[in-house]
Amino acid sequence: MAESTSPVDALLKGSSGRSARGLLRIIILVTIAAAAVSSRLFSVIRFESIIHEFDPWFNFRATKYLIQNGFYDFWDWFDDRTWHPLGRVTGGTLYPGLMVTSGVIYHILRFLTIPVDIRNICVLLAPAFSGLTAFAMYLLTNEMSSSPSAGLLAAAFMAITPGYISRSVAGSYDNEAIAIFLLVFTFFLWIKAVKNGSIMWGALAALFYGYMVSAWGGYVFITNLIPLHVFVLICMGRYSSRVYISYTTWYALGTLASMQIPFVGFLPIRNSDHMSALGIFGLIQLVAFADFVRGFLPGKQFQRLLTASIILTSGLAFVGLIVLTMSGVIAPWSGRFYSLWDTGYAKIHIPIIASVSEHQPTAWPSFFFDLNFLIWLFPAGVYMCFRDLKDEHVFVIIYSVLASYFAGVMVRLMLTLTPIVCVAAALVLSYILDTYLKTSPGPINRGRSSEDPSSEALRSARTPEVGISSYFSKAVTTSATIVYLLLFVAHCTWVTSNAYSSPSVVLASRMPDGSQFIIDDYREAYYWLRQNTPANAKIMSWWDYGYQIGGMADRPTLVDNNTWNNTHIATVGKAMSSREEVSYPILRQHDVDYVLVVFGGLLGYSGDDINKFLWMVRIAEGIWPDQVKERDFFTSRGEYRVDDQATPAMRNSLMYKMSYHNFNKLFPMGQATDRVRGTKLPSESPQLSTLDEAFTSENWIIRIYKVKDLDNLGRDHSNAVAFDHGNKRKKTTKKKGPRVLRSE
Amino acid sequence: MPTKRPSATPSSAPSPSPSTTPPTTLLSGPKTLSANASVSDIACNVWNQYLTTTPQRTMLLDAFMAFLVLVGGVQFAYCVVAGNYPFNAFLSGFCAAVGQFVLTASLRMQTSPSGSGEGEGNKSFSAAKAGKVVGDRSEGVKDGGVSHERAFADYIFGSLILHFFCINFIN
Repeated sequence: MAESTSPVDALLKGSSGRSARGLLRIIILVTIAAAAVSSRLFSVIRFESIIHEFDPWFNFRATKYLIQNGFYDFWDWFDDRTWHPLGRVTGGTLYPGLMVTSGVIYHILRFLTIPVDIRNICVLLAPAFSGLTAFAMYLLTNEMSSSPSAGLLAAAFMAITPGYISRSVAGSYDNEAIAIFLLVFTFFLWIKAVKNGSIMWGALAALFYGYMVSAWGGYVFITNLIPLHVFVLICMGRYSSRVYISYTTWYALGTLASMQIPFVGFLPIRNSDHMSALGIFGLIQLVAFADFVRGFLPGKQFQRLLTASIILTSGLAFVGLIVLTMSGVIAPWSGRFYSLWDTGYAKIHIPIIASVSEHQPTAWPSFFFDLNFLIWLFPAGVYMCFRDLKDEHVFVIIYSVLASYFAGVMVRLMLTLTPIVCVAAALVLSYILDTYLKTSPGPINRGRSSEDPSSEALRSARTPEVGISSYFSKAVTTSATIVYLLLFVAHCTWVTSNAYSSPSVVLASRMPDGSQFIIDDYREAYYWLRQNTPANAKIMSWWDYGYQIGGMADRPTLVDNNTWNNTHIATVGKAMSSREEVSYPILRQHDVDYVLVVFGGLLGYSGDDINKFLWMVRIAEGIWPDQVKERDFFTSRGEYRVDDQATPAMRNSLMYKMSYHNFNKLFPMGQATDRVRGTKLPSESPQLSTLDEAFTSENWIIRIYKVKDLDNLGRDHSNAVAFDHGNKRKKTTKKKGPRVLRSE
Repeated sequence: MPTKRPSATPSSAPSPSPSTTPPTTLLSGPKTLSANASVSDIACNVWNQYLTTTPQRTMLLDAFMAFLVLVGGVQFAYCVVAGNYPFNAFLSGFCAAVGQFVLTASLRMQTSPSGSGEGEGNKSFSAAKAGKVVGDRSEGVKDGGVSHERAFADYIFGSLILHFFCINFIN
């Protein structure tokens, strides 16, 4: 290292210096990958090797199924343990890339006689792939810039930027874990294809695109970005055979590859999301043909021919499009897509999309939070691309414009913005460093800067030796940059350890004396279910917890995070938000044995069901507007209250009753407080007549109720309860009329 | 094909079989047409020129492409007329035709002497074409960045992937 860092040495030695540089480069990349992996291990160290959050639990369960039953069974998997009466064609409605990847890794390790538990593979898959992402980032950025340091800087940024870490900490076994690597790598191959105009690179890009399609729904981003790139190139008059070759190869192979995934199926030729790619494919054929014909003709005649053919083809295409859209061959744009353009769309039309927190618009601070100083280097990087406008720079510009828009619309899409921000920032930073350090071999070390502060300081001290311009300005600029880089590293580490490393299945809090207090209610409750209920007991809960119940408790659920059937979710929402007399028949009809609610009132855990309750009401209202009304849950002054002044609809709703049932017994008389809402509760506990409390976890986060059977004497449940309490309320019974099971 | 190759080796000489195509003919050819000739005249002219200037090897590729267009067209017509019942099968058949067409077009661009020229404004298109008709290899490598062997290997690679997917998709 010392040998090649000294620029004079490297210059003198020539080829040996180059090989040393190559070696150094590899070492740096490996170090970056190691940093990427290790910075994602906070959660494993703090907690344990556990799958996080919600969706990963399903992926984990699917992976276990894949390993136990083999690939073909997995492909045809019909899951009757979710969406209880309906079931789910799981094999055809998931992106199998993630599960297959970890399955392959598992079998390879087994083959090498390294028995690793599948859980550990799943937990560590995301960090492992983040190392690969850093490498792919290096390749991509190297295509953009001639500066040797840009790639390394970009790799380092990508490795530790919180925008990416947020989705790839150990344990977040989600599609994004591998998808971002595939995204970056596909773009790299695409750029390579455009540069070389070779079928091979195009075909490789298509293969990785196919892999990406199998892994993440975000593949639509690639499907639209690449055609847009080509379109812009054509419009700029940069059409060339290279563009034709790479695009057509990519499209023909990539589309076929994407159609192999059952979940995607015929979408690429039916769905409007994919139409731009098809349109550009047609366009480029025309352009190529025109280009071909132009070779035979002088300008004037060519123009004549061109106008004639353009009028003809555009007319045909337009008519064709109208006919196809009218006849419904091309499906309309999907809801999630509309919500990308019109941020208010989802709220009005599809509450279930709007209810997911990661589909909310991004708050401004989170850009800085997730990207730190990269975000203000980003525009400069885009500007640099304008200065040196080659085909690949056009790509960067388009990508950055599109991705910044999307990232502004949906929090989740911050993830797609992150790679390009890293590229742009690395371009700028490498330019600065190249300028102020009088490069040649120097910048190789710049890549380490965010890794290894100590060598950086050394470097800055040594800088002046190489300098040719003002000693002072160099020192100032370099040290300022280094300070920023160090701050970036500090920020990333801080964000990762504090914001993104919580499994959310296990919660941690601090005791007054500063010691850590682990709250493990979720697993406690799920294991209670696993141990104490029959294997076929149906559990009803809000859909957020469906995957976890399936994964941890291994019990059938009514709805889960797949949310493919809005009506079914609305049914659950209705059961939760109606009076017991209405809810009970619903529960019976769906064979529900247990109802699970999440309640944070004791602990002050804000993500509980009472806070999500309005979404249940809204979704139910979307299907039964006359039976469930959101307005009924607000007081006359428009407040959402749970205390004495709560509306009757609220206080009689099943959710309210289940949450606060017996809660006041924990407190002295009249002292019951809900720590999430910060309000005093009514002194009397809500009475449940159709459900029995079965289990309440240690901190009351999870409460499970058993649905009572029909009464032995054929009584109404409220009557039976009243009878048990010893007070005969004859008058009320008469009012209630015949004791029949109410059905809708 | 094989008969063609030996005759093409002298790089500077115009290729014998498509008769006399010195650069001058090519450039002067269109001029015989009046500037505001009708579209059909222009088309005819293009066709004639194509016949005279294209080397046989490229012509073979073109014939293959025309065949693929035909195959694709027949499949599409069948789909329209007789319904698309085994939609997978239709789709993979059609995609195979389209994909192969596209790949062949790419191969043609890379191997035909003119196509390997980069860049948009192919003003030198025709001149370059006539100059190194059935071009010698080394020059093709230089300006296109892709040698003919490489292009052909790529083509096979692409086709293999294409047909693998098609067969997998056909049910």
